[in-house]
Amino acid sequence: MSDIKKIKDEYLKKLNSDLNIENVNKIKTELFGKNGQISDSFKKLGLLPNEERKKFASDLNSIKEELQEKINNKLQEIEIREINSKLENEKVDVTLPEREINQGKIHPVSQVIDEISSIFSEIGFSVEEGPDVENEHYNFTALNTPDNHPARDMHDTFYLDNNKQILLRTHTSPVQVRTMLNGKPPFKIIAPGRTYRSDSDQTHSPMFHQVEGLHIDKDINMGHLKGCLNYFIKSFFEIDKIKMRFRPSHFPFTEPSAEVDIGYELKDGKIVIGEGDKWLEILGCGMVHPNVLKNVNVNPDKYQGYAFGIGIDRLGMLKYGINDLRAFFETDYRWLNHFGFDPLDVPSNYRGLSR
Amino acid sequence: MKFTISWLKEHLETKYKDIQIIDKLTGVGLEVESFENISSDLDNFKVAKIINAEQHPNADRLKVCDVDIGQKNIVKVVCGAPNAKKDLLTIYAGPGSIIPKNNMKLTVSKIRGVTSYGMLCSESELKLSDESEGITELKSSKYSDKIGKNFFKNFTEKVVDLSVTPNRPDCLGVRGIARDLAAAGAGKLKSISHKNIKKDGSQNIKVSISKDKNQGCTIFGSCLIKGVTNKESPKWLKEKIEALGQKPISAIVDITNYVMLDLNRPLHAYDADKIDKEIIVRNSKKGETFEALDNKKYKLDDGMCVISDKSGVLGLGGVIGGTRSGTELKTKNILLESAFFIPRSIRKTSKLLNIDTDAKFRFERGIDPQSVETGLLKASQLISEICGGKISKFDIQKIKQYKNSEIKFNISLFEKITGFKIKDNEIIKILNDLGFKVSKKKLELNLRVPSWRPDISQPIDIVEEIVRIKGYDNIHTIEPKKNRLKDTLNKQQKLFHFLQRSVASKGYFETVTWSFTDSKINNFFKENLKEIKIVNPISSDLDVLRNSIFSNLAFYLKKNLDRGFKDISLFEIGPIFKNNQPGEQLTVIGAIKSGKISRLNWNEEERSVDIFDVKKDLIQTLMEAGYDKQSFFIRDKSPTYYHPGKSGSVYLDKDDIDPVAYFGELHPNILKKLDIKTEEVVGFEIYLDYLKDNKIKLKDQKSNFEYSDYQKSERDFAFIVDKNYKAQDLIEIISSIDKNLIRSIKIFDIYEGENIPDGKKSIALNVIIQSSEKTLDENDLEKINKLIISTVETKSGAKIRS
Repeated sequence: MSDIKKIKDEYLKKLNSDLNIENVNKIKTELFGKNGQISDSFKKLGLLPNEERKKFASDLNSIKEELQEKINNKLQEIEIREINSKLENEKVDVTLPEREINQGKIHPVSQVIDEISSIFSEIGFSVEEGPDVENEHYNFTALNTPDNHPARDMHDTFYLDNNKQILLRTHTSPVQVRTMLNGKPPFKIIAPGRTYRSDSDQTHSPMFHQVEGLHIDKDINMGHLKGCLNYFIKSFFEIDKIKMRFRPSHFPFTEPSAEVDIGYELKDGKIVIGEGDKWLEILGCGMVHPNVLKNVNVNPDKYQGYAFGIGIDRLGMLKYGINDLRAFFETDYRWLNHFGFDPLDVPSNYRGLSR
Repeated sequence: MKFTISWLKEHLETKYKDIQIIDKLTGVGLEVESFENISSDLDNFKVAKIINAEQHPNADRLKVCDVDIGQKNIVKVVCGAPNAKKDLLTIYAGPGSIIPKNNMKLTVSKIRGVTSYGMLCSESELKLSDESEGITELKSSKYSDKIGKNFFKNFTEKVVDLSVTPNRPDCLGVRGIARDLAAAGAGKLKSISHKNIKKDGSQNIKVSISKDKNQGCTIFGSCLIKGVTNKESPKWLKEKIEALGQKPISAIVDITNYVMLDLNRPLHAYDADKIDKEIIVRNSKKGETFEALDNKKYKLDDGMCVISDKSGVLGLGGVIGGTRSGTELKTKNILLESAFFIPRSIRKTSKLLNIDTDAKFRFERGIDPQSVETGLLKASQLISEICGGKISKFDIQKIKQYKNSEIKFNISLFEKITGFKIKDNEIIKILNDLGFKVSKKKLELNLRVPSWRPDISQPIDIVEEIVRIKGYDNIHTIEPKKNRLKDTLNKQQKLFHFLQRSVASKGYFETVTWSFTDSKINNFFKENLKEIKIVNPISSDLDVLRNSIFSNLAFYLKKNLDRGFKDISLFEIGPIFKNNQPGEQLTVIGAIKSGKISRLNWNEEERSVDIFDVKKDLIQTLMEAGYDKQSFFIRDKSPTYYHPGKSGSVYLDKDDIDPVAYFGELHPNILKKLDIKTEEVVGFEIYLDYLKDNKIKLKDQKSNFEYSDYQKSERDFAFIVDKNYKAQDLIEIISSIDKNLIRSIKIFDIYEGENIPDGKKSIALNVIIQSSEKTLDENDLEKINKLIISTVETKSGAKIRS
């Protein structure tokens, strides 16, 4: 008994010292190898008298387990230490740049169209579209703007034929006409899209974007128009307090007609939308003219409603502080990067319009 | 339309302050563009005399003038006007002045090395006239004792500039504006008092309106004023005219202009002695010519309304007068015309001849036909007061009787349209104040529309009149209901939206470019589509509708390369045009990529972008949009603007007729012609209209989830095939051998060269084999192995590489 106790103490002591893997393996052999001390001790087992054998065997087994566990622990300890010291040498400079990032961008016009669609979606409008190339009838005549009407002078039109019958639409209003001709009331639509006028200077570009709105039902009146636009403007600019002014105006296709101004002030040369004492015109609207309804086979005695037209680019300029309209269409990589939006930034009702 | 507050007050009795008037104008729909006190700005403009003018030492066209600006002050001014010379009396603007024409603020500045203190002004810069050649020349007789005095006097007045919508010709006269304000409660409209004028004798120049087809003139009123002395206008009249930015000419011309601005009643004064016998209002004959007051000669077409005499055309009725019969200072006898011309006729003539005059602008919108006599009365009275002369009886020729239009107005329509109610009495008062004759019959009003309101023809117009005068502030705000009857976007719109963001998420910048383009660039990309010319392009390099999105993308790619960018990824989603009829357009995504991947990256090797970069972006985009990659089919056909060997097309299904997309390198010849210099340009196009609508909703697309837990095995093969043999075909052959066992096939190497015969290549693939019923043993695997090899060899003529 004392022999094996001695072995145990001796090796436990050894195993507590600073060892490497070879040392431990050597100890392992010394103890459990063919002629190892523990193995040898087991061989002695048979020589013992019965009454001692049992006790000796039990002691020897527990010593064997204790030493084995100790060895295993020691091995693990050494392994971890060695891995750690290896990791220490593998340290990289984490401040070095990552692999190439390719972040794409969504154009502000697209983003604003999605914002607008999201807002109107919530109050039940659906999106309609129409062709960029229009005929004279849909763009003007059906909209109560006959050829001899001076209001046509307000639209500098691009023509595709010498008879001035085929043109690039000057506004999104022809979509109203197409939608009503192809369906039955009620109508509740918006129609965003490209529009064209042969006008080019600092504040005009030959192509720009508009969104048309149309709501026709049995009892839609100017109060609904006001409420709808009020809701839209507050949602779009994400401002609760915003001054809005309806003032009478004239469009051939609406009667009564209105233009809508919103309040703003200039702070450090920047336009701040809200409660300032200056007014900025942002859209035109009105009750759809009975002549227009007749032209699209809707009975004006039964149905009535409103329409509006908003400049999309201009809304975007106001909301996101973009000064130059022309820059929208110049594909300057720097500009696209600066004013563009992340493609995952999808305007929606539940996530909010913008970050 | 410009007017001064004091002029307005000649027609409107009001206690309103200026600012209240301005608010009210906007409130009734007469939008105020500006309201300016001209005196404050214009005090800086002084009468001055050039006492010396010398050549500028550094500029041929400039002169350095010593200018006497009064009170013994002499300043140096650099001036470019050819007429600047010693002793000229002109108008000087000192530093700090704001030039009316361009709102430029003057500062002391060096011009080519010589310091200039202020500026000498042309008439156009002061908005006195359009004269921009040279500086203003003032008459010494009148201004020699006024050096240093303000040029603009008594202009303590404020000028209102209104933007009058085309439906409101009546508000092109001060009285019409006053009437609207009065109706809206801003005061009382003063009645016009005409002194009784003495009419002597008859108008003895015969006037006739010929009964031509589409005669543009229906009323021609005139009177003769004999023995006038035309002269400079009196001060009050000149100031009125000047206040509105017009230039006084002579009393007679100024008076006709004054009446026009006051009552919106255009008039024309002829020198009666220059009229050959009689006045005939008739349609022009093709080829007739005349010289107009703008000093241009016009050649007329058929059917234009002309005022003529025995010798020919005197003027274009309601558009412009002619030089032959114009009044001058020495004119003794005047024929004063006050007529009614039909808007359509005016518009047609002026458009054809491209003439824009004040009279045309007004007649085109509609002049009050019942103001013919009022106009003659007011103008002849003023002329005889200022210039003397005897007024003849008025001669009024008519070929059509004017009748006021009548409207039956159901009062309930007002509330139905506006959503709010006002008392019947208030409605009637508003309409009366606007000049309507109203009689009430129960719930209906019988209305006689005033002759100056050609825009009003039906009940809805009456609603507008009432609501704008009552004020739009009274309209309630009805909160919108948040219910939706229909999806916001249809399938195609959802696809548009999805693809747009999908492409952007792969590192492309979205751009929006014109729908038109340069025909020279378009030609490279138009293939067999028709060129669609714009008749009136904004510039010659934007002369056609685009047949492809690539023309603009390529153009702007170059611009950005020129800006110094190298690695560019751009895309646009939008229309391209197949033909010039509505609807003959397609919605296309065009994407373009240039330069290198991982340029100057510390841990990755850089390489040029290539066709497989865009193919990945394209295929991934289509997959993300919900299309099944397993059924995609690639062909090597593509439009000619792609590199013939490095481009292809994608079909959603092998049997489809139209490809949904193209991809590849852009044709090097085109890049060369466009002078695009970069390592590589690749791109792709997706045709949204050809993308089939996935009719099954996502919720119904998901099938049962089945998977196999049995062990899978991988086998590698290398086949030697013809160099032109397509990998796609090889994959198709293998995958169709046993769809249940062959789970995936991956090409991991393509090799040509040593050990491979000429004209051949080796394709190495990795095949994953897995059964859903059992673990395959060596025997099973060997069987399928052999089957793969034998099938490929038979079907493709390939040889397994041993």
